[in-house]
Amino acid sequence: MKSKKLLVIFSVVVLLLGVLSGCGSKKTTGDGSKVIKIATQTPLSGGSATLGEAIKLGAQMALEERKDEFSKLGYSLKLVPYDDQGDPKKGVSNANALCADKDVYAVVGHFNSGVAIPSSVVYEKNNVPMVSPSNTALEVTDRGLKTVNRICARDDLQAPSGAKFALDKLDAKTVFIIQDKTAYGSGLAEEFKKAFEKGGGKTVGYEGITVGEKDFNGVLNLVADKKPDLLYFAGTYPEGGLVIKQAREKGIKCPVLGADGLDSSTLVEIAGSSVKDVYLTSVAGDATKTETGKKFVENYSSKFNKQPESYSVYGYDCMQVILNALSKSIKDNGDKLPSKEKIRDAVRATKDFTGAMTTVTFDSKGDNENAKVYIYNFEEEKYPPTMVDEISK
Amino acid sequence: MLENILRTLPQVLFDGITLGTVYAVIALGYTMVYGILKLINFAHGEIFMTGAFIGTAILLAFSSLGWIGTLPIIILVLVAMFLTAGVTGAIGVGIERIAYRPLRKAPKLIALISAIGISFLLQDLVRFTTEFANDGNFYLIGPELFKSNINVPLSKMASFLSDASFKTSFLFVLVTAVALMIILDVFVNKTKWGMAMRAVAQDRDTAALMGVNVNKTISLTFFIGSALGGATGVLFAVQYGTIDPYIGFILGLKAFTAAVLGGIGNIRGAVLGGLIIGVVEMFAAANLSTLTNHVIGAEYKDVFAFIILILVLLFKPEGLLGKALHEKV
Amino acid sequence: MWAAAGLVLAVLLPFAASQGDSYESFMDVSTMVGIYVCMALGLNIVVGMAGLLDLGFVAFFAIGAYTYAIFATPQANNFLHFMDFPLSGNTFWLFILIGGLVASLFGVLLGIPVLRVKGDYLAIVTLGFGEIIRIVFNNMDKPINITNGALGLSSITPPTLFGIQLLNASQFYYVVLVVALLVLFIIRKLEASKVGRSWRAVRENEIAAQAMGINLFKTKLTAFAVGALFSGMMGVIFASKQTFIDPTSFTMLESITILVMVVLGGMGSVPGVILGAAVVTILNLQVLTEVSNWLTDLSVNGGIAIPDVLSPSKMQRFIFGLLLILFALYKPKGLIQEKNRIVDPKKFTEAGENAHASN
Repeated sequence: MKSKKLLVIFSVVVLLLGVLSGCGSKKTTGDGSKVIKIATQTPLSGGSATLGEAIKLGAQMALEERKDEFSKLGYSLKLVPYDDQGDPKKGVSNANALCADKDVYAVVGHFNSGVAIPSSVVYEKNNVPMVSPSNTALEVTDRGLKTVNRICARDDLQAPSGAKFALDKLDAKTVFIIQDKTAYGSGLAEEFKKAFEKGGGKTVGYEGITVGEKDFNGVLNLVADKKPDLLYFAGTYPEGGLVIKQAREKGIKCPVLGADGLDSSTLVEIAGSSVKDVYLTSVAGDATKTETGKKFVENYSSKFNKQPESYSVYGYDCMQVILNALSKSIKDNGDKLPSKEKIRDAVRATKDFTGAMTTVTFDSKGDNENAKVYIYNFEEEKYPPTMVDEISK
Repeated sequence: MLENILRTLPQVLFDGITLGTVYAVIALGYTMVYGILKLINFAHGEIFMTGAFIGTAILLAFSSLGWIGTLPIIILVLVAMFLTAGVTGAIGVGIERIAYRPLRKAPKLIALISAIGISFLLQDLVRFTTEFANDGNFYLIGPELFKSNINVPLSKMASFLSDASFKTSFLFVLVTAVALMIILDVFVNKTKWGMAMRAVAQDRDTAALMGVNVNKTISLTFFIGSALGGATGVLFAVQYGTIDPYIGFILGLKAFTAAVLGGIGNIRGAVLGGLIIGVVEMFAAANLSTLTNHVIGAEYKDVFAFIILILVLLFKPEGLLGKALHEKV
Repeated sequence: MWAAAGLVLAVLLPFAASQGDSYESFMDVSTMVGIYVCMALGLNIVVGMAGLLDLGFVAFFAIGAYTYAIFATPQANNFLHFMDFPLSGNTFWLFILIGGLVASLFGVLLGIPVLRVKGDYLAIVTLGFGEIIRIVFNNMDKPINITNGALGLSSITPPTLFGIQLLNASQFYYVVLVVALLVLFIIRKLEASKVGRSWRAVRENEIAAQAMGINLFKTKLTAFAVGALFSGMMGVIFASKQTFIDPTSFTMLESITILVMVVLGGMGSVPGVILGAAVVTILNLQVLTEVSNWLTDLSVNGGIAIPDVLSPSKMQRFIFGLLLILFALYKPKGLIQEKNRIVDPKKFTEAGENAHASN
């Protein structure tokens, strides 16, 4: 009796799965041109959805700009946005799903290193190249996978550049480090501490906060008590903005240094006038200085009705890197679509690409060789901040 | 080491009480619903969050009308709180009608599922609305209402203390929250409706026999609990300035912990629990690394809070102010 | 009948999918279904059978996962010096058991003090325990680096069977299947045993159960330990399948999701819980993604203009929430209700004797 019921359940589950897998696989195109799909995998719901969506929209814009170019070659480009929810499990299962789709040739993503690492194992098996806009953890490329690339700076480039700037230009002798206890914040904080102490500085505090909370007064009391020359914040702007604001309210006057996670117009909105004397490191060039940069900001804000975030630029440039590699490998192959391995290698071979704000040359591991770190300063309550220094590798 | 802790203690207390007050008022909502339905209303954190958004939207509207600066700020915030409380109260009643009432006879835990469903819905509804109205950004920043800081020159009074300071909004939050708690306490203990609520909490069937309209009483409980939650949301937004659709989860969790710590179902217990959790958390964040010589730091503050909760429950399983129930066979 | 069910899972299911391109993707989802089914079955013992509300169940999963991950990566070299790590993939099979036992040990260690606490108070204590475990794992990169903190542990050695490394989801599926059938077998045996009946008795009425000579504490503790055991075992498999773990996989939302599976399926009912776990996992990992992709497709090709703000790609949680409410309202007793089995007197004595023998 009970076993019969179990059998029924199993069969239902099997059927359900079977039907789904059936309808997921076959796709035909309307106008006969071959479809090339590029996926994005970023968190579109949950706490980091703003950042994930910025990446998606940037990528979407790049793809739409180049649709005509590809339709002349006989291909129609299509974006498939996936929501990884910042969850490694979801990322892996999405990765499996998108690799199962034979028309997906590349991925823009992920936002979290913790999701990128397990998902890239799946991409590697299926030769689907990924170009990451924001994974700074060393482990992402240090595993030597052929498919993994990133245009942003590694933790061990960005954090030491920040430390150098702090020691030389800000004359900081002591630093208090606050990190958000995510893979991004931890990696950055650890590298910064190492570099700052190597350069002769002293770490007077090294504390963690919880992402999603709004009250950081507890840790800041400790900062106020230690009176450091510099407050280093390793994390993203939602917490960063509040840390800065609450620090200033507590009378902590020292400069604050952060990394590209703080690079957002929302930081200025959250922190308000407290944002003065906040510095950040970023690989993105100054958008207000270059033609492409200005054009990007203009197009983006008119298309989506909002200001671009730093991550939208990265998303845009990632997509451009992929599309360049794709069009080059199609042309090299006599206007036919080459194998996925070829495209993967073409992405890795990217050299001296100049995007909206970044320049990209991938080294043998997929790290961006050209990544130069720029230092920005908020001199007044407005976004974007002013570029004050430039540090090469 | 000890002098370090002592020096910052006044400031830690100010900050802890601010946060604790917020926990306390949210905890009231959990405790009231639990008291009457024996149901953990998991959606309460989201009602608080919705309240924060509605309140901020109202304040932003005031600000664009140019009222801020011309009319007294306290009046404006109170008006915003009042309006918000009405809306979230109605939302609470609606949630009870749609998602809980049909399940009143079903196994107790199934209501948990619909509560979680409601949480997800509210989170995304608020998020989509905010993104729609706020140029695609779901972080909402309210107008800055209380700009000045009050400095307490403690170092002049006692040399081993350092000065403490707090925002003027802290006073406002504290006074309003205390007023809300007193009103609630009086309402529950002194009015006829309050008596009905206590009767339903004790024994629903007998209360019905005595002429209490059970459905109405439960609706009323949800209305008051949710209205309080919404009003706290406004207080929170005024104190911290920035809100996002995901604040309900973390704060709800802490407030729920506070309600249990104080003895769930007990209104004064919820307030006590909230204050304890707030102060303990703040104390741990500021002092853990000093206490342990940098072995562990502020990131363990929640562990510290939970360990205190577990210890309290081990020695007083019904919470600090909860009544020990003797089981009848 | 059991053989037939096994046949369906072992042969028919992989076969049904084998012709599609999405074979691996499909097997990946099936593997996750298997993992969640076992965890839900474990939690079902605690919540469904023994009636102890546990909101921090994912902690045991995390403990199992980290037990394997720490020793299957060079991580263990940081604090153990008598051996060279990572251990080979052959040890995986042993670790399924070790991971389960370590989790079980933690279950007992947690249970001894907290089982005095009752009802919803127990819920909050277990919730606290779950959060403590996650926060501790997230921060144990100093003073001694044990878990590598937020950065997580990557390149976990995959299992080896007869010299072959298991790398693909289609291979893991069979590992999970075997373990799942084992778990199911044990649960079926336990259900009918003296322990299983005492769990139910305790759930229905503690005092009456006590009067019948049931040791409350021991009974509850066994429920905790057995539930944790299954969860820990699945943690090991999860870690080796993902090849990477970090604390974000073990949040409180995860505990709640497992609880949803149990309640949705029907508390206490084994077939119900299996169905609940399968439905929720497939919904979350596959159906919602497909639906949102389909909607996106529609909005791009079908000419339905959906503003970016309401892009379907971010609607997954919203739809999930809606479905939860509908399920709760229309199936308030769970998908398949628990049945009080009519006891066959002959079987009864037999099961009773078995239980005695095993005690």
